[in-house]
Amino acid sequence: MRASLFRIMALIGKEFLAVLKDPRSRFIIFLPPLLQCLIFGYAASLDLNTVAYCVLDQDHSAASMALLARLDGSGVFQRQSNLERATDIATWINSGRALLVIQFDQGFERNLLAGGATPLEVIADGRNSNTAGTALGYLNSVVQDFNDHWQRRQGRSGSSVRIITRSWYNPNLDSRWGMIPSLIGTLTMMGTMMLTALSVAREREQGTFDQLLVTPFRPSEIMAGKAFPNMVIGLGQATTVLLVAQLWFRIPFVGSFFVLYAGLGLFLLAAIGLGLFVSSISKTMQQAMLYAFLLVMPFALLSGFTTPFSSMPNALQTVMVINPLRYALDITKRVYLEGAGFLTLVPDFAPLLIIGSLTLSGAAWLFRRRLN
Amino acid sequence: MQAWQAPWRRIGALTRKETRQILRDPSSIAIGIVFPLMLILLFGYGLSLDVTRVTVAMLDNDHSSDSAALIGAFRLSPDFTVTAVQSLDAATALILDRKADGIVQIPADFSRRWHSGEAQIQVVVNGTDANQARIMQAYAAGPIAEWSAATSPSTTSLAAGPAIVVNRMWFNEANDSHFFLVPGLIVLVMTIIGAFLTAMVIAREWERGTLEALFVTPMRPAEFLVSKLLPYFALGMIGFVLCILAGQFLFHIPLRGSLFLLFLASTVYLLVALGIGLLVSTLVKSQFLASQLAMMLTFLPAMMLSGFIYDLRSMPAFIRGITYALPARYAVTLLQTLYLAGDVRSVIWLNLSVLAAMAALLLAATRLATRKQLS
Repeated sequence: MRASLFRIMALIGKEFLAVLKDPRSRFIIFLPPLLQCLIFGYAASLDLNTVAYCVLDQDHSAASMALLARLDGSGVFQRQSNLERATDIATWINSGRALLVIQFDQGFERNLLAGGATPLEVIADGRNSNTAGTALGYLNSVVQDFNDHWQRRQGRSGSSVRIITRSWYNPNLDSRWGMIPSLIGTLTMMGTMMLTALSVAREREQGTFDQLLVTPFRPSEIMAGKAFPNMVIGLGQATTVLLVAQLWFRIPFVGSFFVLYAGLGLFLLAAIGLGLFVSSISKTMQQAMLYAFLLVMPFALLSGFTTPFSSMPNALQTVMVINPLRYALDITKRVYLEGAGFLTLVPDFAPLLIIGSLTLSGAAWLFRRRLN
Repeated sequence: MQAWQAPWRRIGALTRKETRQILRDPSSIAIGIVFPLMLILLFGYGLSLDVTRVTVAMLDNDHSSDSAALIGAFRLSPDFTVTAVQSLDAATALILDRKADGIVQIPADFSRRWHSGEAQIQVVVNGTDANQARIMQAYAAGPIAEWSAATSPSTTSLAAGPAIVVNRMWFNEANDSHFFLVPGLIVLVMTIIGAFLTAMVIAREWERGTLEALFVTPMRPAEFLVSKLLPYFALGMIGFVLCILAGQFLFHIPLRGSLFLLFLASTVYLLVALGIGLLVSTLVKSQFLASQLAMMLTFLPAMMLSGFIYDLRSMPAFIRGITYALPARYAVTLLQTLYLAGDVRSVIWLNLSVLAAMAALLLAATRLATRKQLS
């Protein structure tokens, strides 16, 4: 028992040296999570803060002016130009300089006063239909405000319902608040899984793995020696992202660090298990890298990181029970933003434990088979 | 053998060697063929930014006929699944257990205030996914407006009509997100094959020492690079063709620009990606570092900073500044425009020439880096 522990310690020391002795390696392990966290924290946003638009006003009335004043006063809509002819619309939209063109037909005000529903024609650049949809949503709410105000001024009375919306856990609905806690899991998985898959594959390619196999090490000891250092590095990467989230982006952490790190530990176990599994079926570094990538890529895309998990087809949701990142995102977001405790998170902890033990024992079995 | 034939023979031989190496390694084929297919299927059928059905915890403190009718409007709406709760604590528990996405709370004085002019309804959303929360807020306005239009106590004729937004979405009339995802997919596939795969190729030869064996042959650096480029270029074009076919026959995306320009733009971008991959692997000479660098420099930017999923217009100015240095941005703009808007000259020539300059620069730099090591 003591001898076994001693051997594992020696192997762990050797692994740390192998990864950290090269300054470029040290750099590549900690700098990317830091940089990515900063860049993606700013870039990965579905919030649209400014909408560039143009106006083709053929009415030049008080009503059209009032609506335009509301748009310009919204702080979101930025008028690029007042167009004179309908043919100019294509120029501005095609080149991407305006996202919307708003067109007031002649008689806009007259129709409004006559009491009919009056069309306000809007042309949107649909090359990114998600952005166009958001911009149209903003426009609709400004027009809604305009209608309320205009109708009240014209003396229409009636009951109205005011909807008071409140958003829990993220009062300003800043998408960064959801994004950055998700990065804790996503960036850590990319780093750890690749590192693990490559560390074994490199030894194979250089022939040192066979040397390891002829030593008194048992396969399970070799696995422990490979897994532990990567676990420590993974936790280090996760901590880096966590620090950026709190110190740089100032997103308040409401949960317990103990629960968070317990969840991350289980998650890393599963990620490392997958990495070892991949490395046990690949012969070269290139294979290990590419297979790991082919696994990480769908896991990252189908975890709820970029698009909501519940919007995915049911069949895919079922297949993704094997995706450790899916549980990790749930854990990090809920602990970070909602302050979820152990009991609430059991449905996430349990599958991670199962994935981790299955992949680790699978990889151990494959290594042992190679040994015989 | 004529002297002028020698370089071509050497290139031919090296290309054959490289091609065999690709064909014999199942992982290269997986990246060349399986990966594009997987991405197409995932983006085509798996991913969606649309919010389908929202579950709300309905807390009725009023218990009047008005509130019952309002709840009825929510139940009838295709956007909502309603779960009735008796207290705010029960509603909160549902949110925490992910059994509800939001809460609609009808205050006790709802009916009384509705008849006296202005009533209130409280809508609570779970903001952990901000985009989804915002969509849900917009959805909630639907049944409420429907109900209030049906039961409004004032039936006086309108003194002024409302302005109604009539929108036309150019380039994507059906408002189908595949329209902008598929052009982005082509860029992603080219990035992976071009940069990620090649980054490991030269680094591997350094690590295994086979490059030194090549140095003692009459082979020139340029010949060596061309022979590395050709097979991966072909592999990238296979991915490109797969994406185009999927766009046409699976997702029925209109190709409004010319096929020739689409081909040209993709070719130039593939050269840029190959250039990055070769340059990285020539410089770092280690497979591990090369793969990590390629991932950081090409794949992640192509995914996140190109306008593929996250619109450039949503980014703060200094991040948008960074994107100008990344080739993926130009490629996504080009392909989206070519696919959806057509041959818009101003967009195409600008972006295409930037990409061409980048390709030339990167390949020249790779050539220089390779020569230095030979001497």
